[in-house]
Amino acid sequence: MSATTPTKADRPNPEKVDSPPGGPGSAGGWTGVRARLSVMRPVSRRLTGLAALAMVLVPVAAVLWGSGSWPGALGVDVSGPLDDLSKWIVDNRDTSPIFLYFLLHISNTSLDAVDGVYQLLDFLGWTGVTAAAVLLAWRAGGAGRSGLKVAAIALGALAGCGLLNMWEPAMVTLSLMVVAVAVSALVGFLLGLAAGLSDRVDRALRPVLDTMQVLPAFAYLLPFVLIFGTGSPAALLATVIYAAPPMARLTALGLRGADPAVLEASASLGASGWQRLRTARLPLARKELLLGLNQTIMMALSMVVIASVIGAGGLGDEVYSALSTVDVGAALAAGIPIVLIAVWLDRTTEAAGEQLGAPPAADGPRVLRLPVYLGARPLRLGSRLLYAGRIRWITVTVSTVATALGTVAALVAGKIAGAAMWPDAWTFDVSSPVNDFQTWMVDHIHAGVPILGGTEVWASNFTSWVLNPLRDVLQGAPWWSLLLLVAGLALLAGTWRTALGAAAALAATGVLGVWSITLDTLSQVLAAVALTLVLGVVIGILAARVSWVERALRPVLDVLQTLPQFVYLIPVVALFGVGRAAAITAAVMYALPAVVRITTQGLKQTDPAALEAARSLGATGMQQLRQVQLPLARPALLLAVNQGVVLVLAVVIVGGLVGGGALGYNVVFGLSRGDLGVGLVAGAAIVCLGLVLDRVTQPAPARRKDG
Amino acid sequence: MQTRQRRIFRTALAVAAGLGLTVVAGCGAADTGKSTSAGGNDTITLTKPSWVGAEANVAVAKYVLENELDYKVTTKQMGEVIAWDALGKGTIDAIMEDWGHPEQEKQYVEEKKSVVAAGDLGVTGHIGWFVPKYWADKNPDVTDYKNLDKYADQLKTSESGGKGQLLEGSPDYVTFDDAIIKNLDLNLKTVYAGSEAAQITQIQQNAKAKKPFLTYWWTPQWLNNVVDMVEVKLPAYKEGCDADPKKVACAYPNTPLQKYLNADFAKDGGKGAEFLKNFKWTAEQQNEVAKMIAQDKMSPDAAAKKWVDANPDVVKAWLP
Repeated sequence: MSATTPTKADRPNPEKVDSPPGGPGSAGGWTGVRARLSVMRPVSRRLTGLAALAMVLVPVAAVLWGSGSWPGALGVDVSGPLDDLSKWIVDNRDTSPIFLYFLLHISNTSLDAVDGVYQLLDFLGWTGVTAAAVLLAWRAGGAGRSGLKVAAIALGALAGCGLLNMWEPAMVTLSLMVVAVAVSALVGFLLGLAAGLSDRVDRALRPVLDTMQVLPAFAYLLPFVLIFGTGSPAALLATVIYAAPPMARLTALGLRGADPAVLEASASLGASGWQRLRTARLPLARKELLLGLNQTIMMALSMVVIASVIGAGGLGDEVYSALSTVDVGAALAAGIPIVLIAVWLDRTTEAAGEQLGAPPAADGPRVLRLPVYLGARPLRLGSRLLYAGRIRWITVTVSTVATALGTVAALVAGKIAGAAMWPDAWTFDVSSPVNDFQTWMVDHIHAGVPILGGTEVWASNFTSWVLNPLRDVLQGAPWWSLLLLVAGLALLAGTWRTALGAAAALAATGVLGVWSITLDTLSQVLAAVALTLVLGVVIGILAARVSWVERALRPVLDVLQTLPQFVYLIPVVALFGVGRAAAITAAVMYALPAVVRITTQGLKQTDPAALEAARSLGATGMQQLRQVQLPLARPALLLAVNQGVVLVLAVVIVGGLVGGGALGYNVVFGLSRGDLGVGLVAGAAIVCLGLVLDRVTQPAPARRKDG
Repeated sequence: MQTRQRRIFRTALAVAAGLGLTVVAGCGAADTGKSTSAGGNDTITLTKPSWVGAEANVAVAKYVLENELDYKVTTKQMGEVIAWDALGKGTIDAIMEDWGHPEQEKQYVEEKKSVVAAGDLGVTGHIGWFVPKYWADKNPDVTDYKNLDKYADQLKTSESGGKGQLLEGSPDYVTFDDAIIKNLDLNLKTVYAGSEAAQITQIQQNAKAKKPFLTYWWTPQWLNNVVDMVEVKLPAYKEGCDADPKKVACAYPNTPLQKYLNADFAKDGGKGAEFLKNFKWTAEQQNEVAKMIAQDKMSPDAAAKKWVDANPDVVKAWLP
């Protein structure tokens, strides 16, 4: 997991770097205008255009609808129809043909599938499951001595689940995972295949995937609950939506990135399109496919936890239940297995990827699969694959047979010993020491710390002096000025199209009637992002320059990224009190790891020649950092901003659980009451806000083309 | 080349679509029954609400069902309203503790007839505004709502916008507090903790520092054994004074907590359904178990076993 943990940050999004969302084709209509205005510098040219537009429209809008909060005349009340829809669904769930002939099939099939996998795991018993996992990991790691480390990780992870007395919930989670990953990978692969082969599909799919990337998972849980009820089907489908995009993106990327020379060669040998796909393009894209699978697994795992809110069961449910007794220790005991499973699956798929013949990353153990991210694709595997052929095939067969035999042996041994469940004697309880530690820590830094004042005082000062003014300014500003501001910022970062999209998305929140609470959420998001960036960049610089810091940080970041946010809900409230400060702390903790990683990686990947040159000119460490590394790492830093925003927004709802109020609370409200009118509108507003922020911060290279 | 790819693609799409249709058509109508509950007849699924009192009901019922009546019991955690929906669908078989959901009762019990009432739980719930005892002892007049404005300053937090803070809990819970504040013209503001866990943590933190606070709270609740709280008197409850949610200006009623069963389960559930109908205990008994779970951090199963072993007569009366 050093590489990829289940966050949207790590979802590779090469398109964003490779080519602007607008694409070359979209600029067509504007070329004429552009030519006329080309004497001006591109940015000021576009801003002038916006200013001119504003001078005409703003007075009209201000006169018509005033200059306060969003005008009521421009709103649409959707809660009535939504409530009707919700009632209709409940009343017709058992009779309407849509349900009988379509949705219920999906529901029943997915339930059976999850149930079937669970039965299988249950049948294997803990010995069988552990043996299968360890041997598969060993086999993925190369089936030799090289595979031992991966196998040890698998053994450690499963033993950890058992030792913490979480074996059964871990198996429930695992069975949901198996089905979810299989479906997501299949759906993602098919979409990616289409996008990789057809430019038209690619163009159509890209904005959809972009939107899915900023879609906070909680926002779309509710409709699934209404349609499928609580339980695994709803959780499964929500997970698929969340986890399929990286597979689709990476499949398309792999297919498109195939070496043209190889394709040309196979075409000249007379291969048909289908043959070329099967024998050249797909094999060449194998590494991307595996990376996609890895990302899909990580995202599915994080989603499985979130889905516990709608009754998915398993580890997430244990974490969630521990909350009702305010038992941090118990929540942690269920949270750690999730981290362990993430590490295990990540290392196993990663090892499988490396076995495909790609040389290990040049800079030692890689921290994040950033190369893919930043658009420089490590595509060196093709040729090796073609040779390794037969010998590998034999090894593979032998090790597969060994894996199967080993599993059966362990299964039989387990059955003879009569152990289906992890033995109770081999468990131990971590919750009381953790709870004691929590109490101790809170008592000592909560309040009354000399000079510093303690966390509660900070929280209240932060709220009074930063959050309240920020919120009041946003809510007090005339509605058209905010639209204008957003359009201007988006224009600076991208094209007219992005500007229009951003302004429209913000306006949509007003139309939905949640203007003012959206701005409340926005103020929290802005504060959280600022805090994340300051901390993240400082830590990232430190980690990039001092290698032991990076080593020490890696496991911490891994844990922070995979641990379900529910676990730190209680400590956060205990330290900062119910309110927005607590919500922001939770968001910062979630978004920080990605920002730190992207910064570190960006700094470390600066051209060594440039650094060397600066050094030989006598630049001090500080000067190197400021004048060479940071400017060169600009794309990475911009990406960090963008990912920070997306991640912070993704946990707005967790903020709703600790007193953050605003949109997060409304989503929680809608979810727990099944109230579509409130929940879906708030979810849609979060999505709109996500689109606005994504467009405004997107590190769009469009400028390169213009300037 | 492009055209050929496209053709292949279209063919593939058509084949996929055709296959999909065949599958759907071949299957016919799907089974709508207990489509989301795994297991056979002798599995009972109960909803495990997020508050501990209700968890105590479920723990004891589960223990008895599994050990005396040989059922397998699964529990599902879900929001109250969602639990009603699940009960109507048959995803769960019973709600052990309901605090009153008139809208859902109308939709599922009267209109769809997929849920039936299963009698009193025996516990009476009461919602109200509470202040800590240590604060009320020092300022005895704070327990009357008319004097709350005087203390608004002490209740102020950075979240309450210059007014006194009234701490609210999970969005799940029935509350009219915004209307009550408005209609009684109090200098207070509701601050939603968003979850019971956050609310409890905040109360414990305040109690540790002996700070004044005002909170939406209820009995029975295990935390009342840990933090002593006193109820603030609101204008007395009268039948129908909470009929219009916007015009409420009175206290919350005493609610005899109810049990509900899925209609099919109530009919065909055999001894299990019979037992759940008989299940009835007092607030003290419930609190005893809740405290073992919440405060002594025992697992619900262990707490249930301890209580059942200590109260064999009570349990015997429930058995069919």
